Amino acid sequence: MSTIADFKTAFMPNWCPGCGDFGIWGALKNALVEKGWGPADFCAVYGIGCHGHMVNFLKSYAIETLHGRPIAVAQGIRLANHKLPVIIVAGDGDTFGEGTNHLVHIARRNVQATMIVHDNQVYGLTTGQTAPTAQKGFKTKSTPHGVLEEAINPVAIALAAGATFVARGFAGDIPGLAKLMVAGFNHPGFAFIDVLQPCVTFNHINTYQWYREHIYTLDTAHDVTSRAKAFEKALEWGPKVPTGIFYKIEKPTYEAQTPQLNESSLVEQTLPPKNLQALMEKFV
Amino acid sequence: MDINIKVGGEAGFGIMASGLLLIRTFSRGGLKAITTNDYPSLIRGGHNVLLVRVADHEIFGVDNYVDLLIALNRETVDLHKDEISEGAAILYDGESFQVQPGDFAKPVNLFPVPLMKLAKEHGGDVLMRNTVALGATLALVDFDIKYLESVVKDQFGRKGDEVVAKNNQLAQAGFDYIKQNFPKGFNKKFTVSATPANKQMVLTGSEALGLGAIAAGMKFFAAYPMTPINGLLYYLAGVAEKTGFVYKQPEDEIAAINMAIGASFAGVRSMVATSGGGFSLMVEGTSLAGMLEQPVVIIFGQRPGPATGLPTWTTQSDLHFVLNAGQGEFPRLVLAPGDIEEAFELTAEAFNLAEKYQTPTFVLVDKYICESYFSIDLAILAEKKVSIERGKIVSEAEQTKEVEFPRYQLTDDGISPRPIPGRKSGVFRENSDEHDEWGYSIEDGPLTKKMIEKRMRKMEMAQQEVPAPTLYGVKTAPHTLVGWGSTKGPVLEAMRQLTEQGKGELVNYLHLNWINPFPAMQVREVLSNAKHVIDIEGNHNSQMIDWIQVKTGIKITDRINKYDGRPFFPSEIIEAIKKYS
Repeated sequence: MSTIADFKTAFMPNWCPGCGDFGIWGALKNALVEKGWGPADFCAVYGIGCHGHMVNFLKSYAIETLHGRPIAVAQGIRLANHKLPVIIVAGDGDTFGEGTNHLVHIARRNVQATMIVHDNQVYGLTTGQTAPTAQKGFKTKSTPHGVLEEAINPVAIALAAGATFVARGFAGDIPGLAKLMVAGFNHPGFAFIDVLQPCVTFNHINTYQWYREHIYTLDTAHDVTSRAKAFEKALEWGPKVPTGIFYKIEKPTYEAQTPQLNESSLVEQTLPPKNLQALMEKFV
Repeated sequence: MDINIKVGGEAGFGIMASGLLLIRTFSRGGLKAITTNDYPSLIRGGHNVLLVRVADHEIFGVDNYVDLLIALNRETVDLHKDEISEGAAILYDGESFQVQPGDFAKPVNLFPVPLMKLAKEHGGDVLMRNTVALGATLALVDFDIKYLESVVKDQFGRKGDEVVAKNNQLAQAGFDYIKQNFPKGFNKKFTVSATPANKQMVLTGSEALGLGAIAAGMKFFAAYPMTPINGLLYYLAGVAEKTGFVYKQPEDEIAAINMAIGASFAGVRSMVATSGGGFSLMVEGTSLAGMLEQPVVIIFGQRPGPATGLPTWTTQSDLHFVLNAGQGEFPRLVLAPGDIEEAFELTAEAFNLAEKYQTPTFVLVDKYICESYFSIDLAILAEKKVSIERGKIVSEAEQTKEVEFPRYQLTDDGISPRPIPGRKSGVFRENSDEHDEWGYSIEDGPLTKKMIEKRMRKMEMAQQEVPAPTLYGVKTAPHTLVGWGSTKGPVLEAMRQLTEQGKGELVNYLHLNWINPFPAMQVREVLSNAKHVIDIEGNHNSQMIDWIQVKTGIKITDRINKYDGRPFFPSEIIEAIKKYS
């Protein structure tokens, strides 16, 4: 059992007033309470970006890593202690700029972790350059004549890489987002949640209003066990943009397939191993 | 008595495996052996060479001449005919290609053996002609074939009795052929005591590094394949499950070091291994470990650069890289083992240092030591007492007293008590941004200064436990060589050979294996008292000269360098010293 107040630190968020980060932060705390996790029941792994400041505003076991690297650090934590749930909090630059390689591989490994991507199509912390998820033509300081590339499609990439849980949420819908996060926590495997998030300072196109006009929630008619259907939905971006769970299946996790972790976690095992002498004798 | 045996042939024909059988055989019979390999960066085709030096006394390095050439193809003769010593034995398949005494500059003894024919007669294939050659080799030097039989039994036992019997038959056929056709054999022979006194291991530097890590209780290892650390990777991947640690092959070296940091954060001893190119990708992670104050052991196997360089050859050219890589200033520890014993011991020590000082710790090796095989008494490694010192990890009771635990407490020694995530209480955060004692991000000037000073104080503490370096040889020698890492072997071998020639007092050797922290006082003392100092390194720029100058103020001017991808040979060292005499 936990309450929202358990996660309070001495610091208040320094995000811009109205930032989508507030919604994600709020939804995350609600989801943790809903799940019954207190600050010591999980470990948050942050990347670098505006989202990463959450390390100061959410009391829990936590590690703020480098830009692009939270996924890699999270997997090390899981392999050393698979009894500790891990929540990866990352940005769109972390995940699709510097860290795309790591995303693809954690998805195919199915290491158990819930990943929450702050997707606002811009690099807010470095004052508004384009992010890989920005739509073609989007004008920023680093693309004054508009982005020439097609936008990365986070949901489609996660699906293609083999993620076993793929969802999209909206920072303006705190109850709906919290529900997705709880579903992610409960998923036995890698749970990927892309969160559409307005950047009130640098993105004047994808605003709260724009999202409210464009998004809809996938209903029960959508078959979450069909990868093909999930892809079909993933490719929708206008006039309507789907949110909710696109795909959810169960497969053995990487941890469960590692025999060394069957009995206990690595961190619980005593040092040193007992077979050193036998290993040496092998070389005689 | 010692013999340098070279085995040459096309890559992909089992030369490495045969060489290992040979060195194990000699080693079981009580002889000392070292095996080095030269091979191109190819899976198949190209020329593979294995040099086995075997002796009935202690040896420390290989020579660059050949007493017994096992030529599995004609190319081997063409490529190595100038390395032959006078009276050398040439063992080859006389039915596959022709060799004449006139092919060589020096007089040789030819021993044609129909390797292919004998292999086929006994039901073997082309790969098995190597086994015939092994039997023939033992006959030439009068070595008891029973040692080969015992090695074959251990090597092939799990493939069944039939495979063991066939290999023994083939070896016997080669052995008998020499005994019948060349009863006098080679003029260099080994007389072996009936029961060798000590059990000897035969292993590579990589395997010694791996054993050191296991002895230290390493629990997590991540490494992306790259020469020359693949041997370490194969060894550890092979024993991970039964030993109880996890090896993970990641998507790249960036992931490797970040995974290792994550595992270390979670409370286990973790390690990565790579070479220069891979370490280039680990640089930001090294800095991250320095900032988070997270222990991680980095095995760095040097190979010649820049860029892809000579992927399968050796060098000592990444000293400055290791000492300087990573943004910002943070403590890092660097050890550079010079032989098997040091590889084992210093790797185990690296885990203690990493945890005591909560910072990245390097074990700097190279292709020569990683991939060469050495014989060593089992007792030397088995009886080493490896202590496990985990530093200031806090007990569960201590950590769980409060809801939140200050991860980065400012302490006199700079080392903060280290909590572990997953305990019932005492949550904490690690932060790659500059942070306060609780791990919260800061930008405050005075506190930033305090945090940098706190981290750097750990280096001062580490400095206090640097052991004095060893000065090998007589104190009063007219020349003092200074070297580090794997140069130790060839230098000691040169000194041994000089002693044999009655010139043992010509040179001594100061061996540096703690690079950072550095034994500055002791090095300054040795160098100040030395009559003539020569720096010796396997690189172009004599990088250690700079480091010694930084640490002691002494600038060494005379130097021996080698940067052709090959390790030093004793004869080259002797020749270089004589220039100064």
